[in-house]
Amino acid sequence: MPLDILSVEGLRFRYNSIEVLSDLSFRIGSGDYVGLVGPNGSGKTTLIRVILGLAYPAGGRVSLFGKDLAEFREWHRVGYLPQRIASFNPFFPATVREIVGHGLLSKKRFVKRKSWADREAIRKALGFLDICDIEESLIGELSGGQQQRVFLARAIVHEPELLILDEPTAALDPETREKFFTMLAELNEKKNVTIILVTHDIGSIGKYASKLLYLDKKIIFFGSFADFCLSDEMMGYFGAYSQHMICHRHDSEKHRYGSD
Amino acid sequence: MIVRNTGMDLIDFLGYSFIQRGLIAGSFIALLCASLGVLLVLRRLSLIGDGLAHVTFGSVALGLFLRVSPLYVSIPVVMASALGILKLTEKARVYGDAAIGMVSAIGIAAGILIANLAGGFNIDLFSYLFGNILAISTADVFVSIALALVVLGVIILFYHELFSVSFDEEFAETTGIDTEKINVMLVLLTAVTVVLAMKVVGIMLTSALLIIPAITAFQIARGFKNSMIVASIVAMLSVVAGISLSFFLNLPTGSTIVVMNFAFFLITLIWNKLVSRLFKKVT
Repeated sequence: MPLDILSVEGLRFRYNSIEVLSDLSFRIGSGDYVGLVGPNGSGKTTLIRVILGLAYPAGGRVSLFGKDLAEFREWHRVGYLPQRIASFNPFFPATVREIVGHGLLSKKRFVKRKSWADREAIRKALGFLDICDIEESLIGELSGGQQQRVFLARAIVHEPELLILDEPTAALDPETREKFFTMLAELNEKKNVTIILVTHDIGSIGKYASKLLYLDKKIIFFGSFADFCLSDEMMGYFGAYSQHMICHRHDSEKHRYGSD
Repeated sequence: MIVRNTGMDLIDFLGYSFIQRGLIAGSFIALLCASLGVLLVLRRLSLIGDGLAHVTFGSVALGLFLRVSPLYVSIPVVMASALGILKLTEKARVYGDAAIGMVSAIGIAAGILIANLAGGFNIDLFSYLFGNILAISTADVFVSIALALVVLGVIILFYHELFSVSFDEEFAETTGIDTEKINVMLVLLTAVTVVLAMKVVGIMLTSALLIIPAITAFQIARGFKNSMIVASIVAMLSVVAGISLSFFLNLPTGSTIVVMNFAFFLITLIWNKLVSRLFKKVT
């Protein structure tokens, strides 16, 4: 049985006395690729913030790599690509190298200093995402797709075991979005990085993810995309037509549902 | 305008002990203001310097009233006010600019009230409004250098944390950085810097030393570290040029330093526009 990377038990979260997350329990194992989906306001981002220690739950237990979140200090094992990167200050005079180097800070103790090995790690991450040529460019000079790759490089530069991405493809055109998903699939398959990806696009993520977590303040479904498509319960929840549209959107392409 | 003998030997000019004190203390404080200013401008906290400078007016009045050196009274008072602004924005749901505006107004009001109650030191108090680095005492030079070195040391030690929190606070938190502590540190460093800057350009012009070198650097520098270096160079050159010009042209020193800062900004702005226009033509 694979090691639990993330374990959530009976998690509850309230915001101004409104219950945003209600009694969530699930486990994510090493090498899983989980698509976290749900409608607006379903608590996807809140769940991510709780997992990352950015928000405090009203109850329940969250463990990362077998350690309770309150005691967890090994943040270098986690990579994060936030949702609101589009709202960063485009005039911030930081180069791509400086921003990607940011991701290495979690590995360092006080006093944080950069070394030659760090420079190599930055080049490796940029090389993996095919953006070595923009290392000295300012972040504000880049296109949306390039900026997204830079932020992904920042999230993976320290070679995390768990990568959490919050709606990373929202601002990308369809072609760049597909490239982005392919890069993530490579990370998952070649480097065994466990991925949790928040998205609205249940059809697209079903093509790549090994598991689907459908959230609407509570867990509506947690399992494989194939199980989701064959589930009578989900047919009852979404309606037969919607379930069919979600599951057969990519029938012409090779995807997990079709190939399993 | 009385113009001094411009043929005066540079050695003579540098021989005056008040010029030496002004150049040394002014350069250290300018360096400090510039590096901290880059962080403040990028975090859209530029006006915190202005607000805290107004608090300095109240603390100077308190120092004069208590017959204690205004520098020693100002540092704790302005630090407490800086923390007050931070806590108001974090805990009391007051917008940052509103919190700065309120604390700033209270600082001025307190200064005027204390001056009115005490009477008799209005001239001293108002001399702090416009400052005079050439009148700085040897003891104040040493205090300024020591404080500047402490603040610069902290900036160098926490450089990566300060950069990370300034660029993306949420991400910084996920790398294990205690962003709350870094924010407290930033406002406390700003408080000490503002009090020191009061000696160079006076309360009214302190924010210029924080803001102008930073925005000048952003015109030409590529990268965060380079911006800090360029801002520091511009700030120190402005102090040296400002003190020299004010001496030879018999002008108020603080204002001349600020005008020199602005001149550097204009030069870099024009340079930036020319280069980008040329680049467009070439491509």
